[in-house]
Amino acid sequence: MSILLSSETRVVVQGITGRDGSFHARSMREYGTKVVGGVTPGKGGESVDGIPVFNTVADAVRETGADCTVIFVPARFASAALREAADARIALIICITEGIPVLDMIRDTHYLQERGCRLIGPNCPGLISPGAAKVGIMPGRIHTPGGIGVISRSGTLTYEVVWALTRAGLGQSTCIGVGGDPVIGTNFVDLLALFEADPQTTGVALIGEIGGNDEERAAEYISSSMKKPVVSFISGRTAPPEKRMGHAGAIISGGKGGAEAKVVALRDAGVPVADRPDEVPGLLSSRLAVQPPGMRGRP
Amino acid sequence: MKLYEFQAKGFLKEYGIPVPEGRPVSTPQEARAMAASIGCPVMVKAQVLVGGRGKAGGVKMAKTPEEAEAKARDILGMHIKGIEVQRVLISAAVDIAAEFYISLAVDRTGRTVQCIASASGGMDIEEIAATQPDRIIRFPLDPAEGPIRATHMAALGRAFGEDLSEQAWAILQGMYRLFSEKDCSLVEINPCARTPAGKLIAADAKVIFDDNALFRHPELENLRSPEEYGAEEMDARSNGLSYVGLDGTIGCIVNGAGLSMATMDLIKYFGGSPANFLDVGGSSNPEKVLNALRIILKHRGLAAILINIFGGITRCDDIARGILMARERLFIPVPLVIRLIGTNEAEGRAILKGAGIDAYEDLTDAVKGVVAKAGPTDARSTDGKGNNR
Repeated sequence: MSILLSSETRVVVQGITGRDGSFHARSMREYGTKVVGGVTPGKGGESVDGIPVFNTVADAVRETGADCTVIFVPARFASAALREAADARIALIICITEGIPVLDMIRDTHYLQERGCRLIGPNCPGLISPGAAKVGIMPGRIHTPGGIGVISRSGTLTYEVVWALTRAGLGQSTCIGVGGDPVIGTNFVDLLALFEADPQTTGVALIGEIGGNDEERAAEYISSSMKKPVVSFISGRTAPPEKRMGHAGAIISGGKGGAEAKVVALRDAGVPVADRPDEVPGLLSSRLAVQPPGMRGRP
Repeated sequence: MKLYEFQAKGFLKEYGIPVPEGRPVSTPQEARAMAASIGCPVMVKAQVLVGGRGKAGGVKMAKTPEEAEAKARDILGMHIKGIEVQRVLISAAVDIAAEFYISLAVDRTGRTVQCIASASGGMDIEEIAATQPDRIIRFPLDPAEGPIRATHMAALGRAFGEDLSEQAWAILQGMYRLFSEKDCSLVEINPCARTPAGKLIAADAKVIFDDNALFRHPELENLRSPEEYGAEEMDARSNGLSYVGLDGTIGCIVNGAGLSMATMDLIKYFGGSPANFLDVGGSSNPEKVLNALRIILKHRGLAAILINIFGGITRCDDIARGILMARERLFIPVPLVIRLIGTNEAEGRAILKGAGIDAYEDLTDAVKGVVAKAGPTDARSTDGKGNNR
């Protein structure tokens, strides 16, 4: 088991005829993901490496039974793509696109929520359940199946931590990049709850960064509601205030959102915070070792 | 994108919110003429994008046009947090009986636009929150509906008082229209002044546009000030790079924002000091590496450079080609430490090897390596290094 994504998940790629969409559609299929179709308005009937292309998400869902979509369309069309996916009642929507206006995301997250859809992202690498399927842009081979859930606001930093976990012999159940924007569909707490309930997951690596208070809220949730061990890493300890550090959401503003406050909140909640990404596996291993056997899931 | 006060007030006025009459000027003579035309007393206010103008002496009252000229002479050319004042706003002085606060901003957690109002205006909202948290009213605005009179009049009444709630309501509506029509991430009026005659007026204002939405408002691009981003940041932006200058000695080129920050943190952790944040982004154009190095090499006191790539979309061979291209075209007078891993790593290593360059595989090793090569962190006091040929 894993969370959200399994080998049975049927995926459509919105923007499949674009440069990124076609490249990653192939890469996802090579990894074993069931890529059942693509959507590009006006290109219905064509195919990309044998993957059928539809004009609309509704067509794709009707023809393929898709229950997941990954969006690679440019920022100015992303809002329409999100709503189209929600109107087709796709349960899991992953939006890779960076640079979507924040007001669009405010309106769209509510629109999606009202239709019972879960959104991962935007401005995210997607998610992967190692050995089963990946829906996103991460390099599959650095992952290995196992018991660690990984949640992150970043892309390449997640790869760094995943790679360290893999080298240390700690496989992963599901790895999810929630996205670097200020307004995102799924946050740390949502995913911590899913990992806590997932029998395969034995522990969680939580990779945060400056900006907002999602890490602080995660700390509260962990101390009140989680039994599985969580280890964290927070980036941006050397970031200056009032400067956007690449991600639209990574900004220390009005004295809020600094790394130190997040580290303190997590440590106060009993979550070890690594000083370096490569310390995460060691901290997790030692926490897993002290778990009573009954609490450990199947590796 | 941040606006100067005079620009922000221009937008408030356009959206029907009362603001004092005023115009920006850039010479003491113009200040005098403007003061005469507006009618004294006037305020002479430094126009900079950083906060703390008042404390720095950048806001003065003038009772006569001559005084406005003298005050403008004092303020123009002064430096506020390192920024030279090039313009002052001459605006009609407001007779203030009470100061309120009102703003609209994005609430990340609630995924809404949130209104914050307080009867304790005139100081930073952070300060109000710290000292008088019970004097702050917050309410979310429905993303589809905006302000709703039946619900929000009462909330405004609690901050502004019953007698002013009708005016506050009109201001909120104008603010919300501005916020949503121009895609703002902040609209703040502080202080929102009450005059002795009982009128609310925006004595100071801040407006920030969402950079991601500027494609919908190309006309706003003209308002962008070179002050918001330094020359290097602007250069980086126009080349598709994300850059923030710092004052350390180790230049960083990394793919991905989170990994860029983590790389800076690691440099600090191992006793070095990062010279910058630089995310080359997800694509793998060799030109980007060239541009990134060109920008970093302008940094004064640069002692070494670390290139840290974890290839996903970014391909290590493209990065390697970019490095070789940069070595041919740029004079690189400092040690270059490279870490390559991920997509097309073997090809990337082979390309570098052919040019006699070794690359680390492990991030911690690479950071230790670059810190050792950069030497002690006070190395930046040695001059002259790092200019482009």
